[in-house]
Amino acid sequence: MYVELRHIHKSFDAVRAARDVSFGVDKGALAALLGPSGSGKTTILRMIAGLQNPDYGDILIDGLRVNDMPPSRRGIGFVFQNYALFRYMTVFDNIAFGLEVRKIPRAAVRDRVSELLALIGLEGFERRYPAQLSGGQKQRVAFARALAPNPSLLLLDEPFAAVDAKVRRELRLWLREMVGRLGVTSIFVTHDQDEAVEAADTIIVTNQGVVEQLGRPAELYKDPATPFVAGFIGDSTPLDDVTALKGFEGEAAPGAVRPEFIRILPPGEVGQYPNCLEEAVVEGILFRGAWLEVRLAVGGISLPARYPLEDPPLTVGDAVRVMIYRLYAFVGERVILRQNAGLRGMNSDYAYSI
Amino acid sequence: MASRLALGMGPNPSQASSPESPPHQGGVGAISGMKAGVSDHKGSSDEECGRSLPFRPGEAAPRRERGARGNPWVNGPLIAVSLAFILIMLIAPLAVVLVEAFSAGVSVYLDAVSDEYALRALVLTLKAASLAIAVNTLFGLTAAWAVTRYAFKGKSLLITVIDIPFSVSPVIAGLIFILTFGRMSWLHPWLDAFGISIVFDTPGIILATIFVTMPFVARELIPTLEARGTDEEQAAALMGAGFLTIFRRVTLPHIRWALIYGVILCSARALGEFGAVSVVSGRLRGKTNTLPLHVEILYNEYKFTAAFAVASLLATAALFILAARVAVEWRSRRAGGEDSGHVR
Repeated sequence: MYVELRHIHKSFDAVRAARDVSFGVDKGALAALLGPSGSGKTTILRMIAGLQNPDYGDILIDGLRVNDMPPSRRGIGFVFQNYALFRYMTVFDNIAFGLEVRKIPRAAVRDRVSELLALIGLEGFERRYPAQLSGGQKQRVAFARALAPNPSLLLLDEPFAAVDAKVRRELRLWLREMVGRLGVTSIFVTHDQDEAVEAADTIIVTNQGVVEQLGRPAELYKDPATPFVAGFIGDSTPLDDVTALKGFEGEAAPGAVRPEFIRILPPGEVGQYPNCLEEAVVEGILFRGAWLEVRLAVGGISLPARYPLEDPPLTVGDAVRVMIYRLYAFVGERVILRQNAGLRGMNSDYAYSI
Repeated sequence: MASRLALGMGPNPSQASSPESPPHQGGVGAISGMKAGVSDHKGSSDEECGRSLPFRPGEAAPRRERGARGNPWVNGPLIAVSLAFILIMLIAPLAVVLVEAFSAGVSVYLDAVSDEYALRALVLTLKAASLAIAVNTLFGLTAAWAVTRYAFKGKSLLITVIDIPFSVSPVIAGLIFILTFGRMSWLHPWLDAFGISIVFDTPGIILATIFVTMPFVARELIPTLEARGTDEEQAAALMGAGFLTIFRRVTLPHIRWALIYGVILCSARALGEFGAVSVVSGRLRGKTNTLPLHVEILYNEYKFTAAFAVASLLATAALFILAARVAVEWRSRRAGGEDSGHVR
């Protein structure tokens, strides 16, 4: 564990931003703190940086308790949400700032800045001011500025929030590659699950000041530990009672189902397991590029499902039959993956595996 | 009368505190509270909107365009009235001061200006003004920093208190010092024991000048610092920069024009202050007489030419300050343009 948080508590007046938060991030890993806004993820990041102090608990960096260490001594680089580039300094001076305050000789500063400019692909931009850069370029300068003093830990607060969607995708792949190449342990905060899934090795899901789950993206996706994670990750649709659906009779429980758990049988197809098929009506169809998103009315429940483009077309109002392979049932704070009863004992994994 | 007119050239306090007057706050000020980067972007896109699509209905079109499209039968008289008003109220009196000052010839003018009492008054005025500027710059920076960077009890009270000199009549400001440090005050015996004389002496004049010019710098800096946010300073601190480095390299470049503008307004008022100084001065010729007071004394002694000559010094100073102000406004607007432009 390179960074470790042990039983961290933090409150702002009545708001409890962190409640017994404990987790660790391995050396060289790229971790994402993922959660809805107000979940405490930014507070956790700022406490690691030393911009805020925890009320209780220990923060360890490289085995050393850093609670009482000023931010500048923790060996961290921090990328702010809006980059916080020094707007009255050139790109060169921005990147050089952290080195200059460390009284590093001029020649060494110049070398390091050119090296970083080459790394971020902005050679020739030395004399530009932040206002003359695009959002993506600013982001990269902020990244270079944070990396200049060779931090052992890089913290990024919503690093992609201020750029438009197209650049965002490009940037997160770039960040992933950069962090991988440099091997610097990094933690970034995001509220966007796609961002976390695509960029991070490890995701720490936070909600209302509590760490709900920590794991690899695929683990979170496949085995959500809490109802919150099951609902937050993936395009989950909450269900009041899973037993209302055919094949899931038994103990009543709330739950959630994902579009990829549902298959719409093309009109005319008989289906292999007729006794576990639901009758549904097509409520709406949305073209999503590689597939159609079909909104179904199953009994009184509205469910989204995916439908391949190559199957016979559907129209709104069509009566179709659907197969719900599996869903998540919530029993207390536990999440249980329930299989459709009609499929039990059969090779049911063919439709869903990660 | 002439001295009053010369004083009139000083800036209008209410104008200085109105949110519109400092042009360097431009687009950023209007949407203060937004994050710095966002506000920059907003500012520029609004500008562009104004430039390229001035007539889009329903949008906030620039005032200029709206005016130009108005009824010429309304616009013409309105412009004429404003121009006439400015001519009668501002330009003509200033011209009268200069004409009267030279009415008896250049030699009389030079005599009046180089008169010993006039020179002493000038020195005292400059002394009081420069001290007031120094003190209020320091105070303004400290107060603005405290108000915008820290949360503490009594913060809104402090902001209100900074404005007191604008809302209190200068005469009352002068009286405050007489009551605090004069013979009736319980402080007086104590001050007397140390041989400190404040009222009817130079310290009193300096204190009164500081009092009436106190809000200018702070008033300019607070909105500027507020609009900017603390991100950049936090970033610098995280990299290990000390307070002085952060102030010099990160904060100062941003507030530079607001600071200079505040100092200019402060100087104009300090040089021309009449009311408060008049109460505490005691008007001892050659000792506690400032230039505005000297003008009044000369005028009351029917030395009209001399009065106008000395008044012309103040008027000239006012014109220089006005020029400096225009230059700063122009320069800061350009800096603001660089700042928010080219966002793409």
